[in-house]
Amino acid sequence: MSGYRPDGLEDAFTADEPGRTGATTDDTATDAAAVSDVDVVSAGTMPDVQVPRIGIVGWLRWIWRQLSSMRVALMLLMLLAVAAVPGTIFPQHAQDPAKVAAYLADHQALGPWLERLQLFDVYSSVWFSAIYLLLFVSLVACIVPRTRVHLTAVRSRPPRVPRRFDRFPAQGGLTTTATPQQVVESAAAALRGRWRWLPRFRVDVSTAGGESTVAAERGYLRETGNLVFHLSLVGLLIAIATGQMLHYRGQALVVQGHGFANAVVDYDTFERGTAFNPSSLVPFSLRLDSFSARFSPVSLQPRDFTADVTVTQPDGSASAQQIKVNHPLDVGGANVYLQGNGYAPDVVVHDSAGNVAFSGPVPFLPQNSVYTSLGVIKVPDVTSGDQIGFRAALLPTAQRDTDGVWQSVAPQPANPLMVLTVWTGNLGLDTGVPQNVYKLDTSHLKQVMGPDGQAVSLTVQPGETVDLPNGLGTLTFKALPRYVALDLRYDPALSEVLVFALLALAGLATSLFTPRRRVWLRAGVAADGRTVVTAAALARGDDIGLQPELDRVLAVVGRDLGIAEDEMTRVAAVGDDASAVHDARAAQENEDPEEHR
Amino acid sequence: MNAGELSTLLVWAAGLTYTIALVAYTTVLARIAEARPRAAKAAAAVTSPPVAAPVAGVSVAASVAVGAGRTAVLDRPSGASTPPAAGGSAGASIGADAGAPDAGRRAAGIARSMTYLGLTFGFVAVVLRGIAAGRWPTANMYEFTLVGSTMAIAVLVLVQRRNQIPFLGVLVTGAAALALFLGVNVFYIRAEGVQPALQSYWLVIHVGVAITSSGIFAVAAATSVVQLMRARREEGSTLLAGRRWGWIDAVPDSRTLEALSFRLNAVGFVLWTFTLIAGSIWAEHAWGRYWGWDPKEVGTFVVWVIYAAYLHARTTRGWAGSRAAYFVLVGFTAVIANFTVINLFVTGRHSYSGI
Ligand code: HEM
Repeated sequence: MSGYRPDGLEDAFTADEPGRTGATTDDTATDAAAVSDVDVVSAGTMPDVQVPRIGIVGWLRWIWRQLSSMRVALMLLMLLAVAAVPGTIFPQHAQDPAKVAAYLADHQALGPWLERLQLFDVYSSVWFSAIYLLLFVSLVACIVPRTRVHLTAVRSRPPRVPRRFDRFPAQGGLTTTATPQQVVESAAAALRGRWRWLPRFRVDVSTAGGESTVAAERGYLRETGNLVFHLSLVGLLIAIATGQMLHYRGQALVVQGHGFANAVVDYDTFERGTAFNPSSLVPFSLRLDSFSARFSPVSLQPRDFTADVTVTQPDGSASAQQIKVNHPLDVGGANVYLQGNGYAPDVVVHDSAGNVAFSGPVPFLPQNSVYTSLGVIKVPDVTSGDQIGFRAALLPTAQRDTDGVWQSVAPQPANPLMVLTVWTGNLGLDTGVPQNVYKLDTSHLKQVMGPDGQAVSLTVQPGETVDLPNGLGTLTFKALPRYVALDLRYDPALSEVLVFALLALAGLATSLFTPRRRVWLRAGVAADGRTVVTAAALARGDDIGLQPELDRVLAVVGRDLGIAEDEMTRVAAVGDDASAVHDARAAQENEDPEEHR
Repeated sequence: MNAGELSTLLVWAAGLTYTIALVAYTTVLARIAEARPRAAKAAAAVTSPPVAAPVAGVSVAASVAVGAGRTAVLDRPSGASTPPAAGGSAGASIGADAGAPDAGRRAAGIARSMTYLGLTFGFVAVVLRGIAAGRWPTANMYEFTLVGSTMAIAVLVLVQRRNQIPFLGVLVTGAAALALFLGVNVFYIRAEGVQPALQSYWLVIHVGVAITSSGIFAVAAATSVVQLMRARREEGSTLLAGRRWGWIDAVPDSRTLEALSFRLNAVGFVLWTFTLIAGSIWAEHAWGRYWGWDPKEVGTFVVWVIYAAYLHARTTRGWAGSRAAYFVLVGFTAVIANFTVINLFVTGRHSYSGI
């Protein structure tokens, strides 16, 4: 192969000049890299020499060459690893916006700088994107020439038999009374293997020039696997990006006995990709019939959450379904996940005039493992006078400790109790600014105090009604239904993502575990009339199975031709340490080759 | 005593056994270091270089001749004499090293049997833990350390079957003992069921494979450490020149160690890739997205990228050999950080340390 050669394809392995091929494996890799570096230079790409003459196109070519070099890929990979780290150090908008806000509040001076450097949006930042996009450009720059080279390689014949075998890492030989012709035929059969349609080695037999030789090569799949792997990474990136563009995600809080429709307006939060198509929102509806939770009696850790729902399809057909953690519901091409749960006390507030001012379940947010939950009840629609607001805590299994403080001791509603404080004034709901339903804006509210000057605190259990202070009315705790937080996600590229990921895995394993080997054998007639056979083998990369492979072939030949064991020779490679070591390892391997394979 | 308590007891036993193995491996090292100069003297009396006598059908260990600090491995009779290869695969011949006194051989035997015993304890402890919890025992940090160290020892045993490298034994048994003692003292939590998010067969597949690859990476990293030391000594480092470091000559040469480390890392990397994919599939089931840059996901990704860089480094001129070994160490540091720092100090969705 002349001229430019992609990185990682080892010239020494391809070249059949014995002097160079003799060096073992990794040394050859280094040699090869050296060679290709030299090639890059000689191809006229060094800037200081060529810049004046090469112009824009030359520059682009130079950049392309740089991008397709393994060294640049290596740098970019290391950069990518480093660049991913800050995302675990600083809070991220995408994962936890509240934490980012808290961080910004705590770090008045530093915060804005970090914000400017996009350190709160690391994974969508310009610099992170630049690194991985460059890496993928580099990847393409790398695989295009490699694919071309490989396509030639898979159609090529094994390289011709080297003149000398003495520097190869694996060698062997035998003498026999059989003819050279018989020997090479037997060896070729052994190398091809049992299945005609799936030969282990690609084999060339030659009997030209009074000498019978066999040249064989295997492991083309190694490079195929490598290319499949790298190409799959590109496919993976494209699939992920496609999914990102087409996806939508909605979150809804659903109380027992209630439901929602799959429509943008019905979600508490709704997020979509840039190429989102509203027709992908299949208009089914879903109702939460019941929700059950189980907890470990010992650690109070959750053990099971199950939501029983009724799904009504657009055509009106309804079916009962179940959603559990780890078992999302597949409906309308989207998946519905059970993401959270809690209690939504069902309350009725009568105002001072005796009219119903508020009625319905109010979702509370669980704060700990025993489901101590906090919530806010806002009553804007009173007949007359000030609006009313409540801050409430729900204790599912309430117990009074020795100090007289109420506490929840278990997550299940064994002894539910709601503790409320009361506020009056203006809830601020008319300002047009959306309000957090879990927070009471107290800027225009006054807390109701008792005659003792202490804040009034009401306690109420399901089924009970309490009078509000100052004749404000009454509050009834009707029931304690649960709610679930559902997450609905539609991503049409999921299967593509999975396929490319698995292809990458398969390609990787193939390329890492497929041995690439060459075996040569030469049979000639000696002065005594006997046939002298010598053989050598070479592998790409470290290959402990190389000598055993050669031994196997010779053993088959020996068996075929009825040669006694003591006529078989195996010449230990001489010269450099590495090959001796290699051979030593092979010798051990040889003790029971099957077992370690 | 119930299964859970018995499991904990066996963890202690495994930790102690590994410690004994550690001491034994250290003794082997010391003996080798002592034996070197003596062997050199002995060899000087014999004509050197040693000539390979044809020994047909003899096991490899027996066909090792010790020369002046060098070992030549002979093959089947070839008639040709083999020049001694520095270091050769002498690591394979510790037990038969003619220069090593009996004590060394005895220590090597103890080290090996203690490693096997510890492995058995560890394995039974894992099984009992699973029985006590009524599920696959890989749900929290304690169980991860328990299963992970058992895996590392299993890989050590496999590797040592081919190449007896005492220093590798020191590193791995030491790390395993440390991990176990840390596990029972710091990470321990009662054997119990798990929260709904962990109730999935992916707990077996994803976490099981993650632990396996961590164990393999651990042994590979230890191999790379030995490789770096050996390379330093080969280059004539003054730091590692003394008699105390004589044992380094007994391990395989740095190229062989690099190749061994690579083979382990290649397997580890494929398994890690699988871990990444399996984790994403699980996240898709449990959390409604296959990738969300959760700290644990980032950690796993960083580890993956570092080992990918390592694989590229190995084929790049100037980055092979010792530099590649540094990649392995950086990669394994990331594996450890991903397990400890991320689990203990960073909050994310993977907060199942149970502590
Ligand atoms: C997204 C970026 C990349 C990733 C994640 C990646 C990952 C990997 C991995 C894991 C391997 C080992 C598997 C094997 O040996 O086949 C590998 C091998 C290889 N990669 Fe990449 N790679 C990336 C980009 C590149 C680029 C840009 C190049 C070209 C400059 C490149 C060239 C190679 C070559 C030549 C090998 C084979 C090494 C060998 O001979 O064993 N890769 N890559």
